[in-house]
Amino acid sequence: MVLPGTRDEVIAVVRALHATATPWVARGAGTGLSGGALAADDSVLVVLTRLSRILHLDPVRRRAVVEPGVVNARLSEAALPHGLAYAPDPSSQSACTLGGNVAENAGGPHCLKYGVTTNHVVELEVLLPDGSLVTLGSPQGEAWGPDLAGLFVGSEGMFGIALQITLRLSPLPPAIQTLLADFVTVRAASEAVGAIIAAGIVPAALEMMDQECIRAVEASIYAAGYPVDAGAVLLVELDGQPVAVAAESAQVEVLLTKAGARGVRSASTPVERARLWQGRKKAFGAMGRIAPDLVVQDAVVPRSALPGVLEQIGEIGRSHGLIVSNVFHAGDGNLHPNISFDHRDRDLAERVHQASREIMAVCVAAGGSITGEHGVGSDKLEYMPLIFDPATLSAMCDVRRVFDPDQRANPRKVVPVHYCREWR
Amino acid sequence: MNDSVFMRLRHTFGEMMVERDRDGRPRVIPDSAEGVAELCGLAHANAWRVRVEGQGTWMPADAPADIALATRGLGRIVQIAPADLVATVEAGVPVALLRRELEAAGAWLAIDPPGRPDRTIGSVVATGTAGPLRHGLGPVRDHILGGTIVTGDGRVIKAGGSVVKNVAGYDLTKLQVGGFGAFGVVTQLHLRLRALPAHRVTLTARGDRDLLTHQARALMERGLVASSLELFSPALAAEAEWVLAIQLTGTEAGVEAEVTGAIEGAETAWTRLAPESGAAFWQATARAALDAPLTFRLGVFPDGLDEMLDLLADKLDTGLVSAGPGQGMLRWSGDASVETLRSVRHLAAEREIPLTLERGPWALRNAVGHFGAYREGVGRLVSKLRSTFDPDPTFAVALEGGADD
Repeated sequence: MVLPGTRDEVIAVVRALHATATPWVARGAGTGLSGGALAADDSVLVVLTRLSRILHLDPVRRRAVVEPGVVNARLSEAALPHGLAYAPDPSSQSACTLGGNVAENAGGPHCLKYGVTTNHVVELEVLLPDGSLVTLGSPQGEAWGPDLAGLFVGSEGMFGIALQITLRLSPLPPAIQTLLADFVTVRAASEAVGAIIAAGIVPAALEMMDQECIRAVEASIYAAGYPVDAGAVLLVELDGQPVAVAAESAQVEVLLTKAGARGVRSASTPVERARLWQGRKKAFGAMGRIAPDLVVQDAVVPRSALPGVLEQIGEIGRSHGLIVSNVFHAGDGNLHPNISFDHRDRDLAERVHQASREIMAVCVAAGGSITGEHGVGSDKLEYMPLIFDPATLSAMCDVRRVFDPDQRANPRKVVPVHYCREWR
Repeated sequence: MNDSVFMRLRHTFGEMMVERDRDGRPRVIPDSAEGVAELCGLAHANAWRVRVEGQGTWMPADAPADIALATRGLGRIVQIAPADLVATVEAGVPVALLRRELEAAGAWLAIDPPGRPDRTIGSVVATGTAGPLRHGLGPVRDHILGGTIVTGDGRVIKAGGSVVKNVAGYDLTKLQVGGFGAFGVVTQLHLRLRALPAHRVTLTARGDRDLLTHQARALMERGLVASSLELFSPALAAEAEWVLAIQLTGTEAGVEAEVTGAIEGAETAWTRLAPESGAAFWQATARAALDAPLTFRLGVFPDGLDEMLDLLADKLDTGLVSAGPGQGMLRWSGDASVETLRSVRHLAAEREIPLTLERGPWALRNAVGHFGAYREGVGRLVSKLRSTFDPDPTFAVALEGGADD
């Protein structure tokens, strides 16, 4: 493991690795949930957390230039005095790095309205695996050529290292209102999601937690006052001009009630909103109470398929005797079924793997994807052929070889190696 | 191209799918990705150059080629899923037709590309030409979830997916958007939709250019949230003065709150257009670029707009200008020689501003290229990516230019 402290040191390290034909894995804070930053025994870990400077913040042009090791939340903190924020806010934002966010094309609750990482990256200085440097995109956001910055984002550390990242900053909304609605069933909550979107309202965030998750949160130090007898709760956040937020909140409240909400709580002050959000943001931590280990799955289904898919996931859990809880980005159909278990119980661990496979198959059959924001890494490698045919997987390998002909950057991730044939 | 090739193509694809263009060149009109793949495979094996044609209303269908591949046979709207706000359409579907079908389903594809309303969605994606809605609703890339691509040697590749959030595999879709067809032919697209806005308002103001850009900056500082904020030159707006236009979309409460915010205390007199007049205004300004033979865009920051507009007025003419004083980007349409265009690109590059040639006659595209020179090290990547998706190459596309003939 090497921990370079400067840009030049990273360049020297990668050049040395190239010269010695050594495979390597770039890593930020290691908060990823698909095993993308795990290195096999033959690989060197290049840890980038020491490159943690915000190099430039331009409030007029609404841009920030950062090193890859800057922690996500720190950028928003730095932008706050200027009335700006960095929009993508993964649940791990207090720890995860922006370099890792670029590699994984990270999302977060507020991506429903503001877009994921790729919508906020405008320029990247990239250190290619052969040690050469290229600049992709432009600070303005208009590329000098094809959209290679767009191609790089989400390449999971297999195309090189983003040494310098230029990001868009977004103005803070003048008003924010957060609503919490509780439902007897997950199905009713899912239908409320569809009704809000169909009404043309784009909430800043639209999150759901099921009963297992609510109970885990409420039994923990992160208790947020969620009703423990609810089948599901929805967190709806609206932002914009005060008059508009007030009117849309009223409209959403009607829609929630019509869809069967037993009650709707509303919060508009930062303290009240923080309390409602606390349970959602810390839900994964709260699940530590249920069992020593947790698999946080990630998949996407069409919004209209949510009720049916959630029921099937519940059924899969029951059939394997597993505790499955759901906390997820309902507005864009991005599911996070979480399976609590103890890895020391081998039989249980195998059932978890089997249930994960079945959950992925259900999501794919519903027309969905195997990952919405966590990436493929090594965890989802086996599912890639479920959604991509051999010609496409082979083309992905070819694209990877354009950036990394020797395939030494983060080897054996994203595309199963047997699809990486030489096609000519 | 001799008759035997024409006959061979007819034999392979059937008489209905093969015609001759006005120069006598075979034009194949496949109706599926497989048909496109078969044609590309055949062309690659025989070293035939292929040019891809949409409706031919934006990019002239004039690249020298042995065969034309028309996408108009790929004209199906495969699926509109209003509850999921996604649609799957073939590349040859005209944008106006798609817009009507989506409206009937209560959905909206939030793109408003320059050109005629019957431009194909494939053309919009290949050229990456975003209109004024890019200000608030993002460039073309933000609306494309995935699709089917046929490579120059006839492979069929699926990029992305049909759900609104997806990070499985590398994002091959990004190469296609604004790739000018150099990385394959897009045959089908999965689109991200929005609910049809319940309320839309267009506001326009007329006056001196400096006053309007100043006004736009003031609106941005006050936190205006608009779908469009666009500045039009007098020639483009067909008016005596420059025009600044705002388009607001959303719920009635949201839109009216923004309208009040924009108008209150403004130094400029705003005109609120009736809904039909608003729609007609945006359509007319989109079409106006076609009054000139070439269009390019400059990736400029809002605070660099005035300087670039002065530079263009000096080197070319004020021309047909559509520019974003809120988020940047400047689109210029007019006439220019190869030499002048190169000189403008050079001057822009000195200011770190990329110039992308969006449309123009082949001689010009071939000489200056859509992109011109790349930044250091990027040309190598583009060239390798191109040979990955179009080995040898089959498609007649002038990405970099450099030829004087």
